Amino acid sequence: MTDPAVRSRIAGSLRFRLAAGIILVLAIGGVAVAYAAFTYGRDAAQQSFDRLLVGAANQIAGALRLRDGEVVVDIPISAFELLSLAPRDRVVYGVFGDDGTLITGYDILSPPDGDGIFFTDSFAGETARFVRVTRQFSERSFLGSVDVIIGQTTEARRELAQQITRNTLIAVAAIGVGMSALAALAVQSALSPLQRIERDIAARSSKDLTPVDVNVPQEISSLVHALNRFIARIERQLHVMRTLIADASHQLRTPIAALRAQAELAAEETDQEKTLKIVGRIHERSRNLSRLTDQLLSHALIIHRADTVDLEAVDLRTVAAEAVDQTDQSMPDVDRSIRLALPEAPVMCDGDRLSLAEACKNLINNSLKHGKSPVTVFVLEQGGHARIGVRDGGTGFPEPMWQTAGSRFAKDAGVSAKGAGLGLAIVNAVSEAHGGQMRIARPSETAFEVFLELPLLPEDAA
Amino acid sequence: MRILGGVQLGLALLGGAAVCEPAPEAAKSYGPAQSEVRLTVRGTTDIARFEPVLEKFLAHSDGARIEYEQWGSNDLYLATDADCRSGYAAADLVISSSIDQQVKLANDGCAASYRSDETTGLPAVSNWRDEVFGITWEPAVIVYNRNMIGDALAPRSRFDLIDLLRPDDSAFRGRVATYDIEVSGLGYLFAFADSQQATTFGRLIEAFGRSGAVATCCSAAIIDGVASGDYLIAYNVLGSYALARADENPDIVVVAPDDYTLVLARAALIPRHAATPELAGEFIDFLLSAPGRSALRSANLIVDISEGVHAAMRLPENPEVSLRPIPLSVALLVGLDQHKRREFVSRWRAAFPKE
Repeated sequence: MTDPAVRSRIAGSLRFRLAAGIILVLAIGGVAVAYAAFTYGRDAAQQSFDRLLVGAANQIAGALRLRDGEVVVDIPISAFELLSLAPRDRVVYGVFGDDGTLITGYDILSPPDGDGIFFTDSFAGETARFVRVTRQFSERSFLGSVDVIIGQTTEARRELAQQITRNTLIAVAAIGVGMSALAALAVQSALSPLQRIERDIAARSSKDLTPVDVNVPQEISSLVHALNRFIARIERQLHVMRTLIADASHQLRTPIAALRAQAELAAEETDQEKTLKIVGRIHERSRNLSRLTDQLLSHALIIHRADTVDLEAVDLRTVAAEAVDQTDQSMPDVDRSIRLALPEAPVMCDGDRLSLAEACKNLINNSLKHGKSPVTVFVLEQGGHARIGVRDGGTGFPEPMWQTAGSRFAKDAGVSAKGAGLGLAIVNAVSEAHGGQMRIARPSETAFEVFLELPLLPEDAA
Repeated sequence: MRILGGVQLGLALLGGAAVCEPAPEAAKSYGPAQSEVRLTVRGTTDIARFEPVLEKFLAHSDGARIEYEQWGSNDLYLATDADCRSGYAAADLVISSSIDQQVKLANDGCAASYRSDETTGLPAVSNWRDEVFGITWEPAVIVYNRNMIGDALAPRSRFDLIDLLRPDDSAFRGRVATYDIEVSGLGYLFAFADSQQATTFGRLIEAFGRSGAVATCCSAAIIDGVASGDYLIAYNVLGSYALARADENPDIVVVAPDDYTLVLARAALIPRHAATPELAGEFIDFLLSAPGRSALRSANLIVDISEGVHAAMRLPENPEVSLRPIPLSVALLVGLDQHKRREFVSRWRAAFPKE
């Protein structure tokens, strides 16, 4: 069944898509975390060393004294020991009086404008972070504020920030690798049902058309259902095909052989009158043969249509009228009067108009051939079902045969001179294709009914 | 922020003394006169003391010429600071015992960074920012003359010294000498470090004041006084000078105090605008290498306590605890602060009134 020339189009790989998606998510997450780590590291380092700076400035401010109206700065050594916790960083400082004059410290400094506590500037060619702490004096001898400004270069801050960032990134990278590995396992496991289906199908014999029976997760169960529906359709169509071939070979062989025998007889016959008689028989047999062929094909067609044609809303009264209209009017030996018993309101069914009409015609033909007058085509609603069928005045066939009437060649006699016995099989097939069934009834001694009982189409849907 | 010019902090260090153009006290050249490769070294170490070290370095390098200039520490600081501002450095290497000034120069961006296996091997207290390197190991000691005081009487710690000075009729009245911290940068550095080490300092200053101790200039003068018998005890003298004198005079005894002994490491730095920083770096590496250290040891600039202590040297009972190197760090800047210095000097001056 597999043709190497037929290849399915490959539109990317699921594995690749999942991997790309996961990598994208991890990459975006990684960048976000890296940025966060960088910011956090920078802020954490900034805060830590700012505290040292403030601590040192506060110590100096706390050591300010007044003597004879002069500010005396007695810098505690511990203030600078605090600053030397950033062991490589330069320090610059200044203590400024109320009017901005330098009291002690570096004269290259001057108080900045504004009231900010922290500011950034450069010292000795390096970026430095500065803090200003102001101390108010309200003494008789001195009224005013003194600014203590300390600056420190930022080498230790940068180092700490880098260290925090680096450690965070290492942790994030390790987590990322772990997550990638888990994601790979997850993808592998998520795709494994597909492989099971593949193995199941690959392991089948070429004749195995049973449904795929593999435990699959919810997400691909619809795929398996669709696949199984598809397999079932193939199976049905193959069945129809086989049936058609079998029926054709079996049913057609005998009449054709008979026809040929009659034709040979006719060819050898010299007597004009006998020849005409034989020709008459040939004509009759060929007509039977023609009907048989019709029925075989129509049975196959009906079953084929059941699979392929979409059902539509159909008014069964129209179907009945069409069927009567199309009934072969040239049939001999029959009373041609066919009655129609239709209700006033439409009887709507979801159906295939052609199949239904074909089924109906078969019923009419059967009644015309085997039943007695009057032959009535009726449509009615009963018990929530729609019925379309034919009633005649005969007794019909015996009750024990009703069960098997729907199967092909139920009359077991193969092909009779008048009918092929496929009629009820077609009716049965059509009923089933419409979700209904074929019913046979004998309401009275002089009435015999065969009809299709079909689900009614709800009125609002019609 | 306005960046102002000026050298106010530097000038303050002179304590109001008259400012002259800074100039070397002495100078001498070593190595071939025609050499293209010149290294100018400015140091506070006496030429005679440092000469063997320079010569040993020249023996190791090929054809370099060294100009060695001997400077006073304040002048050296001012000259180096001025060079730093002018953008032209006359010296390639500056070695000073005023390690606070050296740290300040580096802090103010006047030193070039130098890294080598030798410098990275230094302990943290002897290497600041890869810019200032401690190259020697010189304890601050008490010196006495064996002929004048018996060993039994001789002080082994500051407590002993205070006890000796306490009696009103003490024989030591007026005969203990130490640096005048207003004149000697090194004396100031040691005194300031003393004040941070222990509460002993207050009592010691008080005892000095009551007993009329002498504050004078320079290691040489102080030790001369001890040798001649003018002074019975010298306090806080640089051990390297004392041991050098003990080499000549066996009566000189050098005591590293038991309570604690400050240890100074002379600091070397390469000025930012040095003409031959590579050669200066080589010289630093040499000073830190085994041959260099051995040369420094011979010159008594590294006082070795691990092997073969000098005969005149009395080590503390517990060297690991008592010997305290003065670390190279920004904390040294505090002593240079104008107000801090003024306060400290006035406190000290109360004990050593000017004559």
